[in-house]
Amino acid sequence: MVSHEIFPIVWLTLRVSGTAVILSAAAGIPLGAYLGLSSHVLARVLRWMAHVGMALPPVVVGLALYLLLSRSGPLGGLGWLFSPQAMIAAQTILALPFVVAIAASAVRAVPHGLAEQLRALGASPRQVRRSILFEARQGMALAVAAAFGRSISEVGAVLIVGGNIAGHTRVLTTAIVLETSQGRFAMALALGTALLAIAAAANAVIFVFQSRTGMP
Amino acid sequence: MSVSHADCSSWSYRLSGVRYDYGSGSVLEIDELVIPRGQSTCLLGPTGAGKSTLVRLLARSIEPSSGRVEMAGDAVGSDRRPSVAMVYQHPIPLRRTVFENIAYGLRVRSESRQDIQVSVDRWLEVLQLTDLAGQRADRLSGGQWTLVALARALVTEPDVLLLDEPTANLDPARVQLVERVVAEEQRRRRCTVVWSTHHLFQARRVADHVVLLWEGKCIEEAETKTFFESPSDPRTRAFLDGKLVF
Repeated sequence: MVSHEIFPIVWLTLRVSGTAVILSAAAGIPLGAYLGLSSHVLARVLRWMAHVGMALPPVVVGLALYLLLSRSGPLGGLGWLFSPQAMIAAQTILALPFVVAIAASAVRAVPHGLAEQLRALGASPRQVRRSILFEARQGMALAVAAAFGRSISEVGAVLIVGGNIAGHTRVLTTAIVLETSQGRFAMALALGTALLAIAAAANAVIFVFQSRTGMP
Repeated sequence: MSVSHADCSSWSYRLSGVRYDYGSGSVLEIDELVIPRGQSTCLLGPTGAGKSTLVRLLARSIEPSSGRVEMAGDAVGSDRRPSVAMVYQHPIPLRRTVFENIAYGLRVRSESRQDIQVSVDRWLEVLQLTDLAGQRADRLSGGQWTLVALARALVTEPDVLLLDEPTANLDPARVQLVERVVAEEQRRRRCTVVWSTHHLFQARRVADHVVLLWEGKCIEEAETKTFFESPSDPRTRAFLDGKLVF
């Protein structure tokens, strides 16, 4: 495999995982924040479910999604099986519990009495909620980092629903599996290095954000 | 007590039959209490007397289990409801700069950027915090942070300022600073100030009016001079004589 073969794989990896992170963050941060602020029993149940979701085996998610998206499945009409869309869906499902659970924990880690004290300074309930979310901003960044880590390192689900089709659904992790199975360890290591470099760069951005907002 | 219950221009709060339950018992039971308007009232009492609960009831952070906490301005057709700001015994900083912490009450009121700058700068200077303006508030010492917490309440220029043991963790110089600044502000704007303290001498220094709480009950309320020189309740007398340990 030469460089002109690697770049499309890297690009697809970034596109699939990046979209999955954006989708899981867009849905998971508001949901996690809401669950973190709520003391309702249903919110507690959903927080517990999010924690359980962090342990979802990717191959099980891949299998379930495969059955849903296969031609005879309930979502077969979408025509997503063996497409990047299916891979994005799989990674979003896997990343979402991480975002929800960490965002909820970040909100709950804000000191308990802060809401009352902010109200006593004249803030409306809506302003109080916004302030608490802002206080939890470093935890939110951690949630995004966790979602990215879960997405980009995942192999089982994208292999099942994507099919590892060259030039179409082959991402870095599935390419590494293929190269390794063919005994091309040097190329597998090169792809692994590229994967690590992407992870390092993405987390550097998140780390800088956390540093600027005061994470020690 | 000289304040007329009928004349709402003379009081900020009026409590009647207030009870606050916590757990299996009642932590506060007040039959009648009036907090005079435009004066400094001290809620005096030992730890566990119910001072903080009473202050939180006045701030409307909590609701009484029964009874009524009436605030001037509550009644239909009365003047606008007074603005209230409170400094808690254990104030919690926002994880932002000192400047942003003090500006918070103004930002939620949508004050202009220029007005916020002027007001915050003024309180930074008054409370000798100017050098700390850019520092993270959650990394200050306890004493510094208490002053910031006071500034973030005072900057909103409240009609009612509630202070729950604001000097409990301060050195004598800072206690003096806080007492002076609050007294000057109270005189300048004729706002109502309610202090809670367990410190007898502080009550004498800062209050126009003293309320003694004991085991959740209000056992004496009087103007400061009367309270200290001719208290009516024997328990107050015992307390002033040092026979009731605070």
